[in-house]
Amino acid sequence: MNLKNSRPCGDFRTSYFKDMSMFEDKKGFFLTCFGVFILSCSPLFLDSYLISLLIYIGFYAIAALGLNILVGFTGQISVGHAVFFGFGAFASAWLNNSFLIPVFFCIPLAAILTAFIGLLFGIPAARVKGLYLAIATLAAQFIMEDFFSRASWFTGGVDGASAEPLKIFGIFFDSDTKYFFIVLFWMVVSFIIATNILRTRDGRAFLAVRDHYLSAEMMGINLMKYRILSFGISSFFAGLGGALYGHYLNFVSIEEFNIQLSITFLAMIIIGGLGSIRGSMMGAAFMVLLPEIMDWLTRSLSGTSIDSALSLSEAIPFIKEASIGLVIILFLIFEPNGLAYRWGQIRAWFKLYPFSY
Amino acid sequence: MALNFLIQLLVNGLIIGLLYGVVAMSFVLIYKSSQVVNFAQGEFLLVGAWACWWLLAKFAIPFYLAFLLTLIFMIIFGILVQIIILKPLIGEPIISIIMVTIGLSIFFQAIMNWMFGVFTEPFPTIFNTESIKIFGLNVQTAYLMSGLISIFIMISFALFFKKSRLGLAMRATAFDQQAAQSLGVSIKQVFAAAWAISAMVSAVAGVVFGIVNGISSGIAFMGIKVFPAVILGGLDSVLGAILGGLAIGLLEHIAHYVDVQFLNVGNLIRIAPFYALIIILMIKPYGFFGTKDIERV
Repeated sequence: MNLKNSRPCGDFRTSYFKDMSMFEDKKGFFLTCFGVFILSCSPLFLDSYLISLLIYIGFYAIAALGLNILVGFTGQISVGHAVFFGFGAFASAWLNNSFLIPVFFCIPLAAILTAFIGLLFGIPAARVKGLYLAIATLAAQFIMEDFFSRASWFTGGVDGASAEPLKIFGIFFDSDTKYFFIVLFWMVVSFIIATNILRTRDGRAFLAVRDHYLSAEMMGINLMKYRILSFGISSFFAGLGGALYGHYLNFVSIEEFNIQLSITFLAMIIIGGLGSIRGSMMGAAFMVLLPEIMDWLTRSLSGTSIDSALSLSEAIPFIKEASIGLVIILFLIFEPNGLAYRWGQIRAWFKLYPFSY
Repeated sequence: MALNFLIQLLVNGLIIGLLYGVVAMSFVLIYKSSQVVNFAQGEFLLVGAWACWWLLAKFAIPFYLAFLLTLIFMIIFGILVQIIILKPLIGEPIISIIMVTIGLSIFFQAIMNWMFGVFTEPFPTIFNTESIKIFGLNVQTAYLMSGLISIFIMISFALFFKKSRLGLAMRATAFDQQAAQSLGVSIKQVFAAAWAISAMVSAVAGVVFGIVNGISSGIAFMGIKVFPAVILGGLDSVLGAILGGLAIGLLEHIAHYVDVQFLNVGNLIRIAPFYALIIILMIKPYGFFGTKDIERV
């Protein structure tokens, strides 16, 4: 029997170095690289509609990652993530239109600007927690939405802002297949950044604040600092996602960043799994694909008696919306740990097969 | 003219504030007895209002009968929501509870939009006289009725909690769940009762609001406006909820007056309560009547 290739049945680590590594083993590293490679080849064999879905998954995953750092890792509930997403989109368009900074630099600059705004919002938010924080961020959501509609120098007011397509070395990244690579690049970068943040002292401090803030404080963790920092980091990713979103659609309207979007972000991390980097991506994919699946289901039912009885074809937007609410409820009741946990279970099943004990 | 306008706004604010107070009260009732923050309170109003409208429009039955049927329906609705959705989540972290009520609110809003359309539907006329003159002010009959109903609900709430057995059991549960349980109070019944009463009272507010302004998904926004009110009064105080509701109702109409007369920024009526919310959270996070959780952050 070849013992070299068989893996241990448990989770054994023999050194601190191994415990701190980014990937569990070499196989995980190669699989991830392979996944990125497959994704970067996907424009060759997917049509542009599927590519556009992948792009959506991309920037939503980046924003959801930010929210997961805030909610899943630091335990701060935010019901106003969409306004930071929107702020990033407007900031990028504004930097490009007003200061003529190339779009390529605008995107990270907008993310940094959003991070500062997040830090600013984090200062009052660090005083309250749990339920009160949720209500405060809910208020912030409405106040920021109001700000967007007023600040026409920044957002273009009711008309919205136009965002130029991205251009590097004279090449316009205006088609789906081209823009896909930009989103993929930023997604890989932000997931690497996030994974590494959580491996540092600061990342572990976030976990400590979440799990037991009193003990964390006793061990010398500055609660105020980490609560604000977590808001900043979360806003950074939201801004990055938002900037990518703005330059993809080439137009940013003030109506997009409503409470509905904030809730969708929360739904993404709940469905993906709170406190899981991989889960943020899974949740984003799920929430982008869910309306498509509902759409497809309704279409495939068209012409049948169910369709005519409920007039389904006119109700597609409502069905999509209701399905979001229903999915949130069902996941919370039946799978509160999210898809990432289920993924781990499936992997463990294969790993331990056929003797699961 | 300006003064007249101000007084008119103040009266409107007072009456809307009473309605906010009623909704805030039903919100506090749920929070106090089962520690659930109900983000779907506005949808309870919506469901109640649409149910009543549907009964009136479809079967053309008299208003009081439709109203009564709506109340019975809402009691069942509230209990079902508690048993099916909230019961499995007892003991889960607060984010799960918040998210499940948010999910409920999205779900019901979408279903209501699907069933009844997205346009505002006026209620069938119930009063023959449009408005009454009181001290030279035109007060819509519907407004007057809504104020009276709100006060009636508040008084019956007070009586219910002071005098009835179930009310006492609910107060005991809110005070100390374990002690109440060991004295033979059925926590299950108390939770179900809290949701049933809350849904019922919300439905009354929804119907009243619908009579005044017509029914649309905008009613559900009342459920969000409730947060400034309950934060102002303290999350677990019924009296605070009423006063908070009144204060927020007055505040937003005064803000509207200032807006129209001096500032001309627009939309201040909608946004002022949220500024108030943030300020209250900063200086007095447990509100004026709420219980202080003693822990320093």
